[in-house]
Amino acid sequence: MSVVVLLLITGLGLGALYFLAASGLSLIYGLMRVLNFAHGAFLTLGGYLGYKVASAFGPDSRTWPVFLLSLVVGAAGGAAFAALVELVLIRRLYEREIEQVLVTVGIGLAAVALVVGIWGADARPYPAPAWMSQVTGVLGAQVPNSRFVCILAAVLVFVLLNLLLGKTRYGLIIRAGVENRAMVAALGIDVRKSFTAVFVLGGALAGLGGVLAGLYNASLSPGGGDSLLIFAFIVVVIGGLGSIRGAAIAAVVVALLQQFANYYATSGVGDLMVVLALAVVLLVRPAGLFGRSVRIA
Amino acid sequence: MTVTQAPGVGKTVASKGKPPQNRPRKRWIGGALALALVVLLALLPKLALSVPGVLPGPTYSAGTLQLLAVCFLIGALAVTYHLLFGVTGMLSFGHALYFAVGVYGFATCLQTWHLGLLPSALITLGFGVVTSLIVGAISLRVGGIAFAMVTLAFAQAGSLLVYRNLGGHTGGEEGLGLTDAKLPDALLGVVNTANLYWLALAVAVLVYLAVVWVSGSRVGAMMTAVRENELRVQVLGVRPYVVRLTAFVVSGTLATLVGMAYLLLQGGANPQVTTTNFTLSLLVMVVLGGVGARWGALLGGILYTLLDQRLGVLASSSTVTSLPDVLRVPLSQPLFLLGMLFVVIVMFLPGGLAAAFARIAGHAPKETL
Repeated sequence: MSVVVLLLITGLGLGALYFLAASGLSLIYGLMRVLNFAHGAFLTLGGYLGYKVASAFGPDSRTWPVFLLSLVVGAAGGAAFAALVELVLIRRLYEREIEQVLVTVGIGLAAVALVVGIWGADARPYPAPAWMSQVTGVLGAQVPNSRFVCILAAVLVFVLLNLLLGKTRYGLIIRAGVENRAMVAALGIDVRKSFTAVFVLGGALAGLGGVLAGLYNASLSPGGGDSLLIFAFIVVVIGGLGSIRGAAIAAVVVALLQQFANYYATSGVGDLMVVLALAVVLLVRPAGLFGRSVRIA
Repeated sequence: MTVTQAPGVGKTVASKGKPPQNRPRKRWIGGALALALVVLLALLPKLALSVPGVLPGPTYSAGTLQLLAVCFLIGALAVTYHLLFGVTGMLSFGHALYFAVGVYGFATCLQTWHLGLLPSALITLGFGVVTSLIVGAISLRVGGIAFAMVTLAFAQAGSLLVYRNLGGHTGGEEGLGLTDAKLPDALLGVVNTANLYWLALAVAVLVYLAVVWVSGSRVGAMMTAVRENELRVQVLGVRPYVVRLTAFVVSGTLATLVGMAYLLLQGGANPQVTTTNFTLSLLVMVVLGGVGARWGALLGGILYTLLDQRLGVLASSSTVTSLPDVLRVPLSQPLFLLGMLFVVIVMFLPGGLAAAFARIAGHAPKETL
């Protein structure tokens, strides 16, 4: 029983990371039809910026205010980088979606190489408050506290995203853009502003996810963002492109499947099961669980 | 399903609008030039040419031959990707998988099962056909970007299998050596690098000719048609799914063939070739050379490999190491430079190097540039 609880909560923590990466990807794709391969770089960069800020405090780096600051800096860094990419590169390739994808591929390769150049290729331990690595007993399972922080952050982001999309005018424009971009433009609304907005939002969530991934793994590596990105892609496709709710549910399903299969079978089987699940979903529902068929085709 | 429109692909179609009497002659000249080039390349191990800065030594030295052979094979791999992306318009992010099937399948046959060269080659090609058929049949149920993601996921699964060493056949991160394999002596050791060089050249020529043949055939015409206008293909009574799957399997199997030669050349399997980054670098090569031109893909592959190798040497040179950090850090990362070069090409040179050459030569149609 305690093993099941531990796997459940750890899986939810991993699902939280997937959600943070996938929600931005899903929104960007839904609105702009751009599969953002630079998202892994946003994650990595956010994580390293958070790390950089935290380690600048030296002996104080393991305190709570510094941790919160590193979260903010990671998110801000991801957002700033995303804004730069969107304004300088993506915007110039308006309506040339394949080229936009190619540019994000190039940025992803270059940015990760730059991180390797600056911080080295080896993994680094992430400085977090000592409480994070302690455990809390839940129904007999000893769960590391960092899992709860990841879950809490993802739940907050999910609620805020839903409020933003459901209750504000900006959210209305974004949702309308996902449904029918041409119609929104025809109504006299500058869709490009919302393109920048979703890119910045996605970058911020990815930066936040990068810092939390450092916390979750207790270490950072330049390739970490890209390996998270692959599963985020799978989550986005299973959940349905452009759907936040789909991304949330798929993130939880994928992460739990992965955790349980990795534990009860051999390590690595869970990752394969996830790919298998993707194949099954695409065979049964090509548009994903919450997607519309027109959108994906 | 919608067809993924590749950038710069309009060029090949537009170039067919030239006066017909001009074309056979041009093709003949092109063929003669290509043949002369292949003969020159085949003679390189017997010559002592040096290109300082580009090649590490004179052309008969093992290091140079090894580098050139890798260039040929990666160039050939880029040509197989061109068949997929440039000709048929399918953006796959999992092409590394079929190459890796060649590398690891061949290694398993030779090293683990102790089979001979020929049976191993046939079995591995069979693996390539089966893998690309299964993955293609599933992933082609969706189109466009979703297709890209599904192929990516399958390739990732392959990469995981190799890295996690499931079943203990792949050697995990350390890769797999060919220590136990029954190989002819002519393919072993630094002394025989020239033989491996000729093998690589032969495979590259073979793959290139195969892609020329397929693209020029009726099926190839259908592939182009599927890329340009799927609806018309359907109206003609052909199922685009079948055409795409054919392109996928042919391209995947040729990639497997290249992978086999790569294994022999490297004398072992390195898990690096299974990664997504490897597929992405293929994409970079094809776009760098020009999506619309087959020889562009070949050129892109060769150029990318050369740059990747030689930029690493540049990074450790004293000129770079003595620079201030702001310049030294980016310049010491070949992948950073290649990534930025790629972005610049996509932004400012649609059609890649092939289009740039055509523009300089003055026979590119204006409207597509």
